[in-house]
Amino acid sequence: MTVENKQPEKKKKSLFNRPEKPYADPYLGGIVLALVLFASIFITGSGLGASGTVGRFTVFLIDLVAPEHVDRVPDFLHWGGGTTNPLDATLPMLTLGSIFGGLVSGIIHGRAKWEIVKGPSISNRTRLIMAFLGGVFFVYGARMARGCTSGQGLSGGAVLSAGSWTVVFAIFGGAYALAYFARKLWL
Amino acid sequence: MAPFPLDLIGLLGKPGTYLVFMLIGFGFGYALEISGFNRSTTLAGQFYFRDLRVVKVFFTAIAVGMALIFTAVRLGWLDYNLIWVPPTYLWPGILGGLIMGVGFILGGFCPGTSIVASATLKIDAMVFVLGGLVGAWLFGETEPLFSNFYFGSYYGRLTVMDVFHISTGTAMLLVALLAIAFYAGMEYLHHKVTGQEPARNRYRTLAWWLPVGAALFVLVLGDPTPAEKWNRIALEKEALLSARAVQIHPGELLDSIADDTLRVIMLDVRPETDYNLFHIKDARRVDMNNLENVARELLLDPNINQTVIVVMSNDETAATEAWKVLQAESVPNVYILEGGVNNWLSIFAAEEEGIQPLEQAGDDQLRYTFSAARGANWEAADPFPHEWELEYEPKIKLERKKGPSSGGCG
Repeated sequence: MTVENKQPEKKKKSLFNRPEKPYADPYLGGIVLALVLFASIFITGSGLGASGTVGRFTVFLIDLVAPEHVDRVPDFLHWGGGTTNPLDATLPMLTLGSIFGGLVSGIIHGRAKWEIVKGPSISNRTRLIMAFLGGVFFVYGARMARGCTSGQGLSGGAVLSAGSWTVVFAIFGGAYALAYFARKLWL
Repeated sequence: MAPFPLDLIGLLGKPGTYLVFMLIGFGFGYALEISGFNRSTTLAGQFYFRDLRVVKVFFTAIAVGMALIFTAVRLGWLDYNLIWVPPTYLWPGILGGLIMGVGFILGGFCPGTSIVASATLKIDAMVFVLGGLVGAWLFGETEPLFSNFYFGSYYGRLTVMDVFHISTGTAMLLVALLAIAFYAGMEYLHHKVTGQEPARNRYRTLAWWLPVGAALFVLVLGDPTPAEKWNRIALEKEALLSARAVQIHPGELLDSIADDTLRVIMLDVRPETDYNLFHIKDARRVDMNNLENVARELLLDPNINQTVIVVMSNDETAATEAWKVLQAESVPNVYILEGGVNNWLSIFAAEEEGIQPLEQAGDDQLRYTFSAARGANWEAADPFPHEWELEYEPKIKLERKKGPSSGGCG
């Protein structure tokens, strides 16, 4: 981000033009996240998640266009078969809340702004193509592993699920193994 | 029974429950944002040891979360049996994890962070979410091609403790020390690559050592024995036993078996020889020593809320012990067959050839002799419900299990 020479202090403090603040100390961020995770498990018995909402939203969209197709595909059926609304569940509510939480924090700390965040050596176009592909791969893998870094990683890891720890090692193992080949994207 | 987790639907209804999840989600989104998880470059930076933010946040959340959860469990506030522990499907987990790794390094996000980053108007994150929708669609379309793989290598609710045969405290200590080794190694590599020293502050101290402290606490106290778990609930549950509120008449068991809307699981805890002589049809013989495993298996059953579990011994002594173990493990809707198999036989085998009553027998011993060990191949093992009009006081009331039957990803 470029720092403007005009004194930013004098700028009118509108909601979306607040000065950008640095992120929290990572260990503090981790502790806050741990408290949220603990509250979730303590009160509801289940942890945090995200990829399930992406899957449910997909089924919701397919259900709008081709409801009979949802009833034919086993992986869609259990979320949106018949008259079931795939978004009528606790996890989409959690995701809705996290959108608000992210937005509120982004606004308070002056970090909610339209931008494409990317490595220095690629174009916006490449970044967006890679982001799209990354999304395809990530959620495909998350459906196969029955959870992503939130559901398997954070939640499953903290409750000491053996399978979740395997998934975490696989995610980070896969990413570190490929990091060298993808370095142009980020460095 | 431990007071947490709560039966939210029962307490607040659906709107209230959804509100609670939204509030938790708010905290989740807020925590991810202040941690810097809405910038793909931060997330990707970890893989080049340029930016340790993500690994620190992620492993601190797991290790400190674990410390809080298992401390609450050990203090008897939280019931581990009612917490959603993602079941283990080994190979789909590993292959799915590797595919996620590919998505991570290409896209710079994971699903949760991409949603939060979209909320702070990052366009690349929004495109990642779009890709995610396509990924979920592709998975549904292709999953039938490898269903056997997807549902294979299933180990159920498998914990780190089960795999290594260690106590909860030891497993916690393992994770806590692993996390510290990991932070230290990462900080060392980071220093090599960037020349920066890690910020040593009180959050770092807390994140490093709180999990170790919690692990030692749980390790010193040890895992609660079934007897200890029972003691926590004994006052309330002994009252049910002495009021005979959970001992059901054989007639009620027979009617429940015949009831199509109800599923009945019968657990027979008698010695194998007695079981081989006679048992009620479909009753499953269970060893007393194996009851805790059976309890965990029952809790994983998706239809457990429509299921009545009836334990039986020859009289009631062993069945009552089994009932206590299942109660201590939080299995819902467990009842005892009143008077046990002896009482059952006194009603249903009164006229059956080959089954003769004994003059006397000790407590909880079989009070009948049998002409052959025919197991469930007796008429009395499978009485025809309509032939019997038995008077009894109905006692079965279905209660919902408190915890979730599916987890964060379902």
